[in-house]
Amino acid sequence: MSSRDHTLGPEDAPVTLVEYGDYQCPYCGMAYPIVNAVREEMGDDLRFVFRHFPITTIHPYAEGAAEAAEAAGAQGEFWEMHDWLFEHQDSLAPNDLVEAAGVLDLDVDRFVADLAQHHFAPRVREDFMSGVRSGVNGTPTLFINGLRHDGEWDEDSLLAALRQAAGVRA
Amino acid sequence: MLPEGTDAPDFELRSTAERGTTRLTEFRGRPVVVVFYPGDFSPVCTDQLTLYNELLPEFERYDAQLLGISVDSLWSHLAFARDRKLRFPLLADFHPKGAVSKQYGVYDEDKGISERALYVIDRDGKISWSYLSPRDVNPGADGILEALEALGRPADAKASSRS
Repeated sequence: MSSRDHTLGPEDAPVTLVEYGDYQCPYCGMAYPIVNAVREEMGDDLRFVFRHFPITTIHPYAEGAAEAAEAAGAQGEFWEMHDWLFEHQDSLAPNDLVEAAGVLDLDVDRFVADLAQHHFAPRVREDFMSGVRSGVNGTPTLFINGLRHDGEWDEDSLLAALRQAAGVRA
Repeated sequence: MLPEGTDAPDFELRSTAERGTTRLTEFRGRPVVVVFYPGDFSPVCTDQLTLYNELLPEFERYDAQLLGISVDSLWSHLAFARDRKLRFPLLADFHPKGAVSKQYGVYDEDKGISERALYVIDRDGKISWSYLSPRDVNPGADGILEALEALGRPADAKASSRS
């Protein structure tokens, strides 16, 4: 974990859940409410980290969406954009992203310039390659306290795995 | 599986490559990553081959050629490659069924399909790394990249062959 990561939850939480995800991937869209639910259930026992893993060859809008989240992040609104993207997976074209920036009350000119210049492409690529090197094999890939979670990730299964990790650590 | 250091058995199969067939020895002088997999169209969007497709620029940095092999027919391969926009050849180990997979020790006789297995073949055509994955676990790409790294970059390789 590093300070460059986008995180939710306390830094000293006993369990860290890392998701490598793609905003245009339908399975990541399915995981989104599940992750929110387990965050709610786990409370301060969980820290959540999201890293980008856009599969651009099959998801043409995934890279732009990831850069949009970073561009919003540069204005302090990463998670707001993250939520917007997962809640609007069928409208991730460039004009949709600009609209989102307006809805989130971002500095739209700056946002558009960041996207046009692919200012955050290197950052997204860094996330992607860090995932490849840690054994990410598709999206979403979840890591619980550093170990790849190859099991099911429906709410009950994921919660059980997180609670087990919390127990082991405690 | 075939042990490291042995000569990779040559093969020639019908494939999605432009000329219609692909032969291993075409790529002598370059590392080759051979990916045996159970079948086209696994029911997830970002499966193993889609991930490797996304990583082609990384493999190209090592001048490596990626080949996918399963017992599916060429017609299935063509449809799969088009659907996933794959930019590397898929080879049909279709007739006689599984012959190449058997040569490489990765054929499941019971199920009649290839195992999920990876080979990295070096520039001289020798096996330099292999990995057999549990069939339902996508092995990712970290092992392949480490194996290619161990073979060195193209420039390193030329430098060492001169010395």
